[in-house]
Amino acid sequence: MSNQVPIAEGLFTWPSKNPALLGSRCQDCGIATFPVSESCSACSGQNVVVEELPGHGTLWTWTIQQFMPKTPYKSGETPETFEPYGVGYVELPGGVRVEGRLTENDPAKLAIGMNMEVVFEPYRTEENGDEVISFFFRPAA
Amino acid sequence: MDVAIVGIGIHPFGRTPSRSGLQQGAFAARLALQDAGVEWKDIQFAFGGSASSGSADALVNELGLTGLPFINVANGCATGGSSLISAYNAIKSGEYDLGLVAGFDKHDRGAFNADPKELGLGEWYGEVGMMLTTQFFAMKIQKYMNDYNISENTLAKVAQKSFINGSRNPNAWRTEPIGVEEIANSMMVNNPLTKFMFCSPSEGGVALILSSADKAHTYTDTPVYLRGATMKSRRFGSFEVFAPSQALQQVDGPTVDASKAAFEMAGVGPRDIDVMQLQDTEVGAEIMHMAENGFCEHGEQEALIQSGETRIEGSMPINTDGGCIANGEPIGASGLRQVYENVLQLRGQAGDHQVPDDPKLAYTHVYGAPGISAVTILQR
Ligand SMILES: [Zn+2]
Repeated sequence: MSNQVPIAEGLFTWPSKNPALLGSRCQDCGIATFPVSESCSACSGQNVVVEELPGHGTLWTWTIQQFMPKTPYKSGETPETFEPYGVGYVELPGGVRVEGRLTENDPAKLAIGMNMEVVFEPYRTEENGDEVISFFFRPAA
Repeated sequence: MDVAIVGIGIHPFGRTPSRSGLQQGAFAARLALQDAGVEWKDIQFAFGGSASSGSADALVNELGLTGLPFINVANGCATGGSSLISAYNAIKSGEYDLGLVAGFDKHDRGAFNADPKELGLGEWYGEVGMMLTTQFFAMKIQKYMNDYNISENTLAKVAQKSFINGSRNPNAWRTEPIGVEEIANSMMVNNPLTKFMFCSPSEGGVALILSSADKAHTYTDTPVYLRGATMKSRRFGSFEVFAPSQALQQVDGPTVDASKAAFEMAGVGPRDIDVMQLQDTEVGAEIMHMAENGFCEHGEQEALIQSGETRIEGSMPINTDGGCIANGEPIGASGLRQVYENVLQLRGQAGDHQVPDDPKLAYTHVYGAPGISAVTILQR
């Protein structure tokens, strides 16, 4: 069994039975942001608290990345194995719109307003065998 | 003190293997000096910028070591606009009355490589493949097309117009017209945008000579006056490039803010403008920037573009030199190219790409990462 590590500390709860994206919410103006920030970019205050963001939302906009990006892209793919991938903003109710990779890369299967859920899946494998876990948005019922 | 542009120079955009970016900047500067009938030693100060061709102030090695203060400006795609505003303010303050603004660049092929750390973002953001400006532009127009019924055919028509205008401009990079079908069917880059709908990194240089308005006629018979020059950064809630999250409540972006401030400063409105150069990193940007700058309502672009109103001979000529799509984008020079084009238009010297009926008021707009915009309004 390989070791699973999150792509960045503090981005989502990990390890966890029910992992969730982590945002921060300003206690003065109520604005949430992702990822966690030490200050509020709406009111410049620093009275922020970390909270788990909702796991379901709706697709606000999207695109498909059709060519393999240069560094700093780090997926373990080569130009030969590269697969186009979806990117979008998902509106999490009461929270914020979060930008993330989509599990779907077929434009015919994506539409603004559709239901989406956040999932946490292996993104790449490090040389030492560690599986790097990242978050993705997946079309939901 | 009012400010006038009294000299302009350009190095053709595109690919020039025989000249460095700096040499292209010096080439443009010499032409601008010649155009104003002044010598380099007469110039009292300079502002300039280059993103990947070294420091702009190294121009003094090419032009001569005269001891003038030369300030380097680095502000992404708004570098040229920021240099111009800095020079404008220097003359307006009364401190100087003759200065140079220069921008040049020479980029490698392919999409720009952005570093998340430089923008205060985590490395994960780049590793998962979201550190690409092209994705932002694609997602913004995707949403806009959904909200305001803009068609895919209209996207292609914008690029078609850019290539037609480029074919009429001897300093453009892309000088062959390309048909709507070919544009729409070229390689998909970021849905809904294809390869021919994007600008590419390129090379080029532009220089301008600015003087105080009261001395302008000693340098030229055709001074062009800067009636407005503004620059804004994003406010909380605007939808911008390189944003891991976006507020639920959306506010107007920096383009809207810079545009309103510029019109107020100039004391004119969008209907008074005869020719406009709008940031067109890709075709969607040109479409959305038409409304964000106040030239139409959101959604009116579909009819305006389909009926040809944004062509050189139309009622609102946009990107008359071919814009970024036909000229490519040398970051340091790009915003100044717009000003160069407007000065040509206002002087009536734009040749095959001249807007008819003696344009009197011209407008430039740049937009760049991570959410900045600069606008100028020029009058002859
Ligand atoms: Zn706040």
